[in-house]
Amino acid sequence: MPAEPRTIAALARAIRAGDLSAEAATSECLARIADRNPSINAYITVLGEQALLDAKRADADLANGVDRGPLHGVPISLKDLIDVRGVPTTAASRVRDGHAARRDAVVAARLRRAGAVFLGKTNLHEFAFGTTNEDSAFGPARHPLDPNRSPGGSSGGSAASVLDGMAYASIGTDTGGSIRIPAAACGLVGLKPTVGELPLDGIVPLSTTMDHVGPIARSVEDAALLFDVMRDVPPASLPPRELRGARFGVPRGYFMAMLDPQVASAFDAVCARLAAAGAAVEDVEIRHAADIAPIYLHIVLAEAAAYHAKMLESRADDYTPNVRIRLEMGRYILAEDYARALRGRGVLAAEVDAALRGRDALLLPSLAIPAPKIGLATVKLGGVDEPVRNAMLRLTQPFNITGHPALTIPCGATLEGLPLGAQLVGASNRTHDLLRVGAAAEPYFGPGTSR
Amino acid sequence: MTIKTWLDTAIQDAERRGLAPLRPMLETLARATSALRTADWNADASGAAELSDLDATDIVDAPAADAR
Repeated sequence: MPAEPRTIAALARAIRAGDLSAEAATSECLARIADRNPSINAYITVLGEQALLDAKRADADLANGVDRGPLHGVPISLKDLIDVRGVPTTAASRVRDGHAARRDAVVAARLRRAGAVFLGKTNLHEFAFGTTNEDSAFGPARHPLDPNRSPGGSSGGSAASVLDGMAYASIGTDTGGSIRIPAAACGLVGLKPTVGELPLDGIVPLSTTMDHVGPIARSVEDAALLFDVMRDVPPASLPPRELRGARFGVPRGYFMAMLDPQVASAFDAVCARLAAAGAAVEDVEIRHAADIAPIYLHIVLAEAAAYHAKMLESRADDYTPNVRIRLEMGRYILAEDYARALRGRGVLAAEVDAALRGRDALLLPSLAIPAPKIGLATVKLGGVDEPVRNAMLRLTQPFNITGHPALTIPCGATLEGLPLGAQLVGASNRTHDLLRVGAAAEPYFGPGTSR
Repeated sequence: MTIKTWLDTAIQDAERRGLAPLRPMLETLARATSALRTADWNADASGAAELSDLDATDIVDAPAADAR
């Protein structure tokens, strides 16, 4: 791990001050990848030579007075679900053998135009259909702090690359939590914007109703910068706002019923620090929370099955077995139950809107458990043996259903040193406001792996 | 189709296709489907099952799935 993990904002200042070139920053990342990727398996494809060429060009452009903004020359990674021209998009699956992207995904093109240097494509749970990154045609990604543990998923390689200094940030996708879960497990910031806010063209889908793309970064400021670039607006520093007087709603009941004790304790500490800083932290109710998992399941399974049907008929054996069997399950969902789930989606969205009324954000843990050991099937929570997948999705999937923007921020670690995260959820189409309150609250969340 | 009929049919089909490991997953899915069908926000053609404290304006139009 680098002694001083640097944010994008700090790198941008260093590059412009002449303290570090884009080429040097990129070379450092590539050296780190060469050293660590064999054991962490964060990357599927490393774009070493091209990355160095792009970095040198970035330095030359800056020397000639061409400055593309704060991402100019910054080395980042992208989840291998996102097309980068001329490079395979494997989706961590043999089903995609032989694929090469003809053009950048829209968000990739915007990042490239803003001067970002693409280091490579990161490992993921096959087709994004899982929470641990264990099921991948290229082997599991491993947690940089404990290689016997998962970095979370499905954007596990993305999070691992940033945590371990193999990239300054990464772009992931989030259908049930796949940005926020690995970001929380790795002590990083992860943003799922409002549904539909960022274009998904050129990104392999899992569930078209609930898919999102977003950044995994070392700070809320960095996440905001990447979000601005991806939505094609000039990136600007977040206008500061006061935390004093901010109002946070904490949903209890379902949301707090099944938490690892250390997660619960860390979350309580976040609430106490925010309150001590002058924010109002009050309980709120979100009705129908018990219906979250059934609604999610009937939407994601049906939509994933529709996308994969042809390959399941002709190339079933090219899927990893666990992902294949769950995709097959989706083919049995009836249209009437899919329709019910879509109605339930509207009901839940209304409940979250109501809980947010008059408040800046909802506040809850991001991940019910710390990063689990690879191969673990169940975990005991609240006296019940819960499948690991269900435990990991529990607190993130509601906001994929409803589409509200959600931001995970690191909030300390377990006694064993495993990072923890807490989540802020904002009003729909007010992602920028969520980022502003997140930046104000970030220092009070507790230490992250970059702070 | 009742859930029982659905489950029996699905299990038969899965076993015919050599996907026996699907059985416990389909049983789990059946429980989720049952929960979905009995949720108190489901609409009903008779109009008798409307929640007294939930009217049409409380059900938000599903947000756009993507910005293509």
